[in-house]
Amino acid sequence: MLRRSLVLLAVVAAALVVTLTGGAARRDAFPVTIHAANGDVVIKSRPTRIVSLSPTGTEDLFAVGAGSQVIAVDNDSDYPKNAPHTTLSGYTPNIEAIATYNPDLVVVSNDIGGVVSALQKLGVTVLLEPAADNLAQAYDEIRQLGQATGHVQQATKVVGGMERSLTKLLRSVPKSQRHLTVYHELDPTYYSATSATFIGRIYKLFGFRNIADAADTTHSGYPQLSAEYIVASSPDIVVLADTVCCGQTAATVAARPGWSGISAVKHGRVIGVNDDIASRWGPRIVDFARAVAAAARKK
Amino acid sequence: MAVGSIRSAEAAVRARGVPRPWRLLAGAFLAGSLLVGLGVGPVGIGVTGIVESALSHLPLLHVHSPLSSIDEAVLWQIRAPRVMLAAIVGGMLAVAGSSYQGVFHNPLADPYLLGVAAGSGLGATLAISYAHVGHSGQLLPLCAFLGGLSAVAATYVLGRSAGPARAAGALVLAGVTVTLFLTAIQTFVQQQHTNTLRDVYAWLLGGFSTASWKQVAVAAPYVAVASTAIVLHRRMLDVLSVGDDEATSLGVDVARLRLLLVIAATAGTAAAVSVSGLIAFVGIIVPHTIRLLVSTSYRAVVPLSLVVGAGFLVLADVLARTIVSPAELPIGVVTAFFGAPFFAVVLRSSRGMR
Repeated sequence: MLRRSLVLLAVVAAALVVTLTGGAARRDAFPVTIHAANGDVVIKSRPTRIVSLSPTGTEDLFAVGAGSQVIAVDNDSDYPKNAPHTTLSGYTPNIEAIATYNPDLVVVSNDIGGVVSALQKLGVTVLLEPAADNLAQAYDEIRQLGQATGHVQQATKVVGGMERSLTKLLRSVPKSQRHLTVYHELDPTYYSATSATFIGRIYKLFGFRNIADAADTTHSGYPQLSAEYIVASSPDIVVLADTVCCGQTAATVAARPGWSGISAVKHGRVIGVNDDIASRWGPRIVDFARAVAAAARKK
Repeated sequence: MAVGSIRSAEAAVRARGVPRPWRLLAGAFLAGSLLVGLGVGPVGIGVTGIVESALSHLPLLHVHSPLSSIDEAVLWQIRAPRVMLAAIVGGMLAVAGSSYQGVFHNPLADPYLLGVAAGSGLGATLAISYAHVGHSGQLLPLCAFLGGLSAVAATYVLGRSAGPARAAGALVLAGVTVTLFLTAIQTFVQQQHTNTLRDVYAWLLGGFSTASWKQVAVAAPYVAVASTAIVLHRRMLDVLSVGDDEATSLGVDVARLRLLLVIAATAGTAAAVSVSGLIAFVGIIVPHTIRLLVSTSYRAVVPLSLVVGAGFLVLADVLARTIVSPAELPIGVVTAFFGAPFFAVVLRSSRGMR
């Protein structure tokens, strides 16, 4: 009896192992079709000469464990530090310069100057992973890059980790602090981001009211606010996404004429965040949310 | 007798200067613009509130401001300096434009003709990209100011090398050359530093969204000295308008006069640009509107440009911050969008008059 059940158990376990590894192998198997923004892209074999012209794409690739397959990243891809930095430009892409690397996969975040079709003409596989509008899209792009590089499982793990961390951060802010108003600053002339943008949706998750929403008459998502409107709105949280570009800090905000009386300054809820993290849609968005949550917890 | 002749000369100047009704109208326009500028904005503050708040700042009246501390800050630390800065910059750009048009006998001359804009733009871009000066830092206006002055100095040296015979024309060509060259460098530096692109753009687009009393204090002295110098030479601009040779035969040192007026207009414009970025159109449209409506004499054009230019830019800024309130429009869009059709109407309706 005992022996029989043991055998049965062994058989079940073996079957399970076969299913799991077989399943994983099947999902990692090439060729694979990726439903990217430039249509269905077929990747024939595991790419080993990846060029990333998208800073977010670079962060995603390294996060899913495809870093060793990346041979060149553009001049704005400054994270992670050990990425193979080059002078390639994602803003003014030079097809010849990209082709010199003889890439088997190029990741771009926008199709400036027809870079996608130009590279495809040269027989290079291109994945267009544009700026995400929401978290679901950002997660999708991480999964797609995992699939395209043969790292499905780690991509799933990265996305799961992000979801769990964000949920924990949301819960860390007490209900009484969920009604706060927020002003997200993109540059020192008061360009801001509304709740319709990727970064704005993070604030929305927390339940914050975004003062830029009322100003976005053209639905651009990024209106320029008047100083007097910001001061009169007296936002409870001010998030500076212009610390690197423009040297803004809590101190420079407090020193602005008329700003000393606003709620965020009085309660010490003016926070500086890294411009790049706040303008990308990669795994580091969790770091951004952590900084925001810490500010929101201050009474 | 000497005093008498000066008096009669002054009387003559005044007689052919600004006609009285226009003087009153221009003054009323500026005063009205300033009041509208102070009274209108994305934050509604009632007129009585503004008046009582203003009175509360005067000693001995014992009036208490009815406004909250936030509204007080909005009114006196954000809106009031913004209105003042727009007035100073608008007046300076218009008066500099009128001066350049007279000096170069060129109706299309604007304050940026000799390279001030390109020089200031390069100065600001270098400061932002290499010195990492913040948008609100003190160093930025200084670099922009010095860049503007250096550019015009280069233009002057280059223009003079063409010889005195074609002085005015050569100077304009030199200005175009310097502008193109400096713009190329500016674009290169900007493209090499994409991480500071936003700050550079914010500066280049221009406007008064971050105006402060500090900026007013920085620009006001230059603008005061420069515009006074130009206004004092308004008669000389009339003399220049008959042509270099004729002016020389009338005993005017044309080269020296041109240098003086260019220095005044440039220093003033550079100061204005350093605090407001590049605002096109004011320097052309305001002087020409006055020419078409009032008089082509510089004795009218120069002083009226100063007053009307100030009022025009204050009103343009009011529109910039109210049309899509509480968002903002770039002021250059407003000056061109409303200035150009208005100018077209003036141009058409004046056709029969002359």
